[in-house]
Amino acid sequence: MTALKLTNVNKSFGEVQVLKNINLEVEEGEFVVFVGPSGCGKSTLLRVIAGLEDATSGEVAIGEQVVNLMPPSKRGIAMVFQSYALYPHLNVRGNMTLALKQEKQPKSLIEERVVKASRMLNLEPYIDRYPSELSGGQRQRVAIGRAIVREPKLFLFDEPLSNLDAALRMNTRIEIANLHRQLGASMIYVTHDQTEAMTLADRIVVLRDGRVEQIGSPMELYNDPSNQFVAGFLGSPSMNFFPSDFVHEGGGHTFGVRPEDLNLAEDGALVAKVSHVEQLGADTNVIAQIDDLQITARLFGQHSIEEGQELRFGFKPEKAYHFDRDGLRLRQSNIQGSS
Amino acid sequence: MHRARKNPFNTMGMHGALILYTLIALFPVFVILVNSFKARKAIFREPLALPDSESFSLIGYQTVMRQGDFFLYFQNSMIVTVASLFFILLFGAMAAYALAEYRFKGNLLLGLYLALGIMIPIRIGTVAILEMMVATGLVNTLWALILVYTAQGLPLAVFILSEFMRQVSDDLKNAGRVDGLSEYTIFFRLVLPLVRPAMATVAVFNMIPIWNDLWFPLILAPSEETKTLTLGSQVFIGQFVTDWNAVLSALSMAILPVLILYVIFSRQLIRGITSGAVK
Ligand SMILES: Nc1ncnc2c1ncn2[C@@H]1O[C@H](COP(=O)(O)OP(=O)(O)OP(=O)(O)O)[C@@H](O)[C@H]1O
Ligand SMILES: [Mg+2]
Repeated sequence: MTALKLTNVNKSFGEVQVLKNINLEVEEGEFVVFVGPSGCGKSTLLRVIAGLEDATSGEVAIGEQVVNLMPPSKRGIAMVFQSYALYPHLNVRGNMTLALKQEKQPKSLIEERVVKASRMLNLEPYIDRYPSELSGGQRQRVAIGRAIVREPKLFLFDEPLSNLDAALRMNTRIEIANLHRQLGASMIYVTHDQTEAMTLADRIVVLRDGRVEQIGSPMELYNDPSNQFVAGFLGSPSMNFFPSDFVHEGGGHTFGVRPEDLNLAEDGALVAKVSHVEQLGADTNVIAQIDDLQITARLFGQHSIEEGQELRFGFKPEKAYHFDRDGLRLRQSNIQGSS
Repeated sequence: MHRARKNPFNTMGMHGALILYTLIALFPVFVILVNSFKARKAIFREPLALPDSESFSLIGYQTVMRQGDFFLYFQNSMIVTVASLFFILLFGAMAAYALAEYRFKGNLLLGLYLALGIMIPIRIGTVAILEMMVATGLVNTLWALILVYTAQGLPLAVFILSEFMRQVSDDLKNAGRVDGLSEYTIFFRLVLPLVRPAMATVAVFNMIPIWNDLWFPLILAPSEETKTLTLGSQVFIGQFVTDWNAVLSALSMAILPVLILYVIFSRQLIRGITSGAVK
């Protein structure tokens, strides 16, 4: 069964078209992540799904039911916001129970769900505190708890971790992954952090300028990007792009090689002057210049490389990605044979 | 910044300036209060002296109590001020919320139209207002005053409040919508408490002019039953003789309720319950 189905969804604010013909199906129990650069329409798409914005055209269906005209509270969704958005006048218990009280659920059921959710998120010691008396991480857990108690068909997360510090972000990320396993509910998660996207997602939806660029599992997108944007967006450090006439083999307009696929080679095709070296212990990132073009190579292990040194880099031809003038992937390139 | 705060000369200078300002601001009030307890001769002989056993007199207060229905005036002023503030805040906040929150045709124009009232003094329309009040039979009722003051206060209230409403987190309102709260509940329970400091500011701004106004009570509600305090006190100020004892006593008593209202509102100004809502 599909948990969510978007058909030709468009959204305009006045003249500006923010979402352009979005089509998407989310399976029951799936974890789908929307990624894309800032301003590409991720939040807007999420808000259209939640019913906080009306789609200008197109159809939104949740659990096989068209919900275009349904208010957010009736759609069987719960949402976690970037800024937590806890009710300041209610304590943790009040925050978690408000929606259920609003639905006039019986007291025993409310109590049972609150106990369950607060145990799951380790919120028991804080249950009577007010939001102003909680730390950032605790507030975010309350916000997640507020979503859980409703037992929705679909969870919506809008950059829930971006206000947390690095260590807390990692812990909460693992917590969300565990939560998904335990609850088995469908989740849609918006982020512009590609680590979050790669680690959490069953499927990633890459958006740019209100358009879906590609949909697929993290490894599909990493190994087989369908255009230059997706290739450059996923992977860190991001892919190096060269004009095709840099090496005299292969067609197309541009070709790309991931930093981890560049290696030091005596007879390498690329001669570059090192401008900066980052020693990470397990890896060494070398940033180098080929004339005006900056490339990044990620070498395994530790290397003693000096700034200003000239290095020769090579790569295996099958590791190169070729793109045409418009950035579309050329899969039938004569070097790769096939993709 | 940190150094400056530690520097004792800076601290002293700052406190000195503030104390000086406080003294200057309080001086007229002090003179009124002190002289209201003195006999008429003493007021003019030594206006700055404190009342002593010789000059002390409650004659002013006695006159005020005897003459006219001072408590009724008092009550009228209170009713008019509180009711006007209530309506200004209620309708002002509602209009501000609608302008700030909802996208509809003519939103900007409507906002400008409402703000226009800030620049046009309502007294220009006195004749028209009087005609309207006569036509509706509201002359010599407190409602006439309440309606006029509400109209007078709304433009600035809408202007200030809509600016603050725009700053209330969208996420918070949306969280309420997802949880099934009605727009009214979101407005009254989530948004209003967060703009309480702005509401208090608007209330303080509007309170004093309404309490002190002489113009509209004189024109719209001069009857004995609807006189406000300011209008009632005018009986002591004659063209040839002014009963200064009575005037000063009436003024002293008129300060009190404003002071109480101000304390109530200013506590709201300070209280920050926003913390912890977002971020
Ligand atoms: N209410 C609105 N009125 C007009 N334009 C809007 C409105 N809301 C969003 N936009 C525009 O729509 C575009 C997409 O915004 P959106 O918030 O969805 O971006 P986003 O992908 O979530 O970005 P970020 O990663 O920064 O959160 C932006 O260009 C924004 O300016
Ligand atoms: Mg966003």
